[in-house]
Amino acid sequence: MCADTAIRQAPAPADGDVLLEARDLARYFDVSKPWLNRVLERSEKLSLKAVDGVSFAIRRGETMALVGESGCGKSTVARLVVGLYGLTRGTLTFDGEDISDLAGRTGRQAAAVRKRFQMIFQDPYASLNPLWRVGTIIGEPLRFFRPEMSGAARRQRVGELLEQVGMSPMDANRYPHEFSGGQRQRISIARALANEPEFMICDEPTSALDVSVQAQILNLMRDLQDEYGLTYLFISHDMAVVKHMADRIAVMYLGRIAEIAPADQLFATPHHPYSKMLLAAVPSLEGGGKERSVIQGEVPNPVHPPPGCAFHPRCPHANERCKAEVPALIARVDGSEVACHGVEEGRIE
Amino acid sequence: MSQHTQPRENDGPAAPVVPPKPGRLKTFLESDIVYSWKRQPVVILATLVTLILFAAALFAPWIAPQNPFDPRQLELIDAFTPPMTTSDFTGNFYLLGSDSQGRDVFSAILYGSRISLLVGFAAVIFALVLGTALGLMAGFRGGWRDALIMRIADVQLTFPSILMALLIFGVIRGFLPRSMHAEVAIIVLIIAIGLSDWVQYARAVRGATMVEKNKEYVQAARVIGLPAGKLLFQHILPNVMRPVLVIGTIGLALAIIAEATLSFLGVGMPATQPSLGTLIRVGQDYMFSGEWWILLFPGMALLMLALSVNLLGDWLRDVLNPKLR
Amino acid sequence: MSQDEPVLSVRHLRVEFPTRHGTLVALDDVSFDIAPGEVLGVVGESGAGKSMTGNAVIQLLEPPGHVAGGEVRLSGRRIDDLAEDDFVPLRGRHIGMIFQDPLTSLNPLFSIGGQLIETIRTHLPMNEKQARVRALELLREVGIPAAEERLNSYPHQFSGGMRQRVVIALALAAQPEFIIADEPTTALDVSVQAQILALLKRLCAEHGTAVMLVTHDMGVIAETADRVAVMYAGRLIEIGPVDEVIRNPQHPYTRGLMASIPGIEKSLDRLYQIEGSMPRLVAIPSGCAFNPRCPHAQERCRVVRPDLMPAGAGRAACWLHDPVDPLPRLDENGRKEDAHVR
Repeated sequence: MCADTAIRQAPAPADGDVLLEARDLARYFDVSKPWLNRVLERSEKLSLKAVDGVSFAIRRGETMALVGESGCGKSTVARLVVGLYGLTRGTLTFDGEDISDLAGRTGRQAAAVRKRFQMIFQDPYASLNPLWRVGTIIGEPLRFFRPEMSGAARRQRVGELLEQVGMSPMDANRYPHEFSGGQRQRISIARALANEPEFMICDEPTSALDVSVQAQILNLMRDLQDEYGLTYLFISHDMAVVKHMADRIAVMYLGRIAEIAPADQLFATPHHPYSKMLLAAVPSLEGGGKERSVIQGEVPNPVHPPPGCAFHPRCPHANERCKAEVPALIARVDGSEVACHGVEEGRIE
Repeated sequence: MSQHTQPRENDGPAAPVVPPKPGRLKTFLESDIVYSWKRQPVVILATLVTLILFAAALFAPWIAPQNPFDPRQLELIDAFTPPMTTSDFTGNFYLLGSDSQGRDVFSAILYGSRISLLVGFAAVIFALVLGTALGLMAGFRGGWRDALIMRIADVQLTFPSILMALLIFGVIRGFLPRSMHAEVAIIVLIIAIGLSDWVQYARAVRGATMVEKNKEYVQAARVIGLPAGKLLFQHILPNVMRPVLVIGTIGLALAIIAEATLSFLGVGMPATQPSLGTLIRVGQDYMFSGEWWILLFPGMALLMLALSVNLLGDWLRDVLNPKLR
Repeated sequence: MSQDEPVLSVRHLRVEFPTRHGTLVALDDVSFDIAPGEVLGVVGESGAGKSMTGNAVIQLLEPPGHVAGGEVRLSGRRIDDLAEDDFVPLRGRHIGMIFQDPLTSLNPLFSIGGQLIETIRTHLPMNEKQARVRALELLREVGIPAAEERLNSYPHQFSGGMRQRVVIALALAAQPEFIIADEPTTALDVSVQAQILALLKRLCAEHGTAVMLVTHDMGVIAETADRVAVMYAGRLIEIGPVDEVIRNPQHPYTRGLMASIPGIEKSLDRLYQIEGSMPRLVAIPSGCAFNPRCPHAQERCRVVRPDLMPAGAGRAACWLHDPVDPLPRLDENGRKEDAHVR
């Protein structure tokens, strides 16, 4: 990697060029006990509403980030988008085509869509098949999407990909366990790039890595975005990383979006009380030794979310309406969208 | 060959040269498995004993002085010749003595281990394939298939496997005419032992499959859109085979003993084609009448075979299980 | 307790792992002190030896690792040469331990109250009733609501943050003079993290407990620690007051590390990146372990290993700070920045 500073591409184009649109996405998981236990213990069926009515749009070439604490459903959204899980409700549109049924598609029909996006996972130790050589791993999408490609051409392409992510073509013959976490994440990225996708879903790509390695990977991801005009859906729990990577940010809490706003704006003027809380909770290096503002409470169990606005038990501004009524995501004049009764009513700044 | 211990550099220009693949033999010889093997004399001994017994069984027709399954080669007049004795009548030398039919015990042991090993291997492979297939299906598909397979497994586990084998053995024989019993004895044994043993493979594979299928490398393949069959056979199956191979090795010892037990109980191999178990059953009649060798030597052979295979299996389990290291 | 004497004093600590490929030196000449009531942050990337340092101090190294040299003193008493049987009573009574996963510290089969009472009675001369009162006090101190009712709850009935509070209560139960906290908040969400760190810091300040806070997260160090020790490849390469190390790092590695962290105050197109990765223990470079990745590396760095020398407000193991003959810094092109023009 060269150390010179690359100039960031111009901000995302106008609203017209939406690459992915999610409308009212929902995914419930059945977490009830087995049938026999339910009958004997007279317990009800339980469903976990991991994602419950999430809508957003990602424009071509931009990085959209989903942030939130564990259990907020951000990883589930990623898996819904790539069709690893089927939708319980809602629609997904990719480049104008309805792909809501992607999880159930097979064969050519699925491949036509699937070859246009790829996913990078969190755990560099689990995301590579331990029994395969690196070259085989990176070549897998090529073998599947381009069966006409010759073995030699494929090896050539794998070598190019390895160089592109800052590794050596020789590494193709080695096994994943011979590499460090950062190098494995590079291999994952090379595999994701193999078929020249337009859209990358990155599920906490650096949260298992050390900070100095994280810097290498984030820089690499930006370089690749500039080079190929990639669109990223970037999922993270780390506000600082999100600030660095994203053009727009959606803050999630218990399966719903609390606020969507352009990155700079969210950090300058967060509206939703939860966004404010998350920002305040980020440890500060510059302030050296300052106390973070301490927020009470923890994320509740998502199987039994609080009624109304799920954040109300921790919210200093909650009133009766917040306890009863689920707030809708409402667009504001400054370009942000906020799901909060207080903000809507003007009670909260 | 070059040393591979140098630190790796992340970045840096590298010429796109296709390098030679590292030698497989060298990689193997330097692996932890070989290292662990070399440091355990008991395991080395078990390996040697196993290899000798396997070779002896495999090359029995060339090693054994007579074919104990061929009645024409038996000299009834040489019955009950003690070990290390040359018969006064036929001039045959009996290394480990002879039995009531004049059958050379040494030859009988060689041919008997052949049958024991054949039944053992075949039963293990049968159980392994059946158990792995059912375990993969249960773990990968889940739902009612999983519930059904695992409930059957639970029920079967409540019966001791030898009882299960006896039951299956009895049922299969009941369907066949009596004249065929001797001919198909070996196949019936294999099916009986194999069917009584698939549960542990299925359980291990199901558990491992449920872990592997949620790992991110499988998800990455699913994002590409790899069909279920390829997912199963290219990604999941190879990664769940470790525990299966370990269970298989230990299972081999158990299958050999199961075969011996069935034959000892008189429901396995007939006396005309004696396995080690049959030999022991026959031999026990003579234990107190002075002809101890008819029982002792087949018994020792069985013990050595089962023990050394079992020791190897235990060692393999320890070496391949990262948690115990 | 005298204010001058450090609670924990580590001198020239060396930990070795014999393997079949040779002996690995996992910790090499690590020395530091922790004063009463002080929080020393030990920071480093994975494999740097930060957890190893904690484990070596409390003799919980995984075999075949062992302390091969140096000494560890707790309140002046040497503890590194104690046999395991003599060491066991120290843990809990004199050394409290908080680990990343609260579930490893709590027995799932016993109630919270039972575990607290047992710990208290093991270490302090109290009867059941007194211990129960003390347990309640502790639970209230760590901020568990409705402590009386929660006394009979089991670990799985608590949320992650509440469990870590219970672990802190357990660690403090016998009022040890020293606590090791190894990544205490890594498994928790940011909002809960802040609560737990504030609690830990407040309680230890109140009790005058010395804390060794092991973490990979500079943010956690920044707001919790008084001093920070930076580790790299099994060595301590910089130690100093936390504000100084963070604002004005002296060692090139610390400097690079700080620059590579994205911050919400920063607005950068690219993050600074240290090239390469930390060496594996089997191949630690000669001289300064950081020299292959260091922008200022020169001949001396490749040959002679630097000791900690005074640098800024703390100390750094780097020849740039040699009091006798400091090396000149190099600029981006590898030329010397100083006036030494040939």
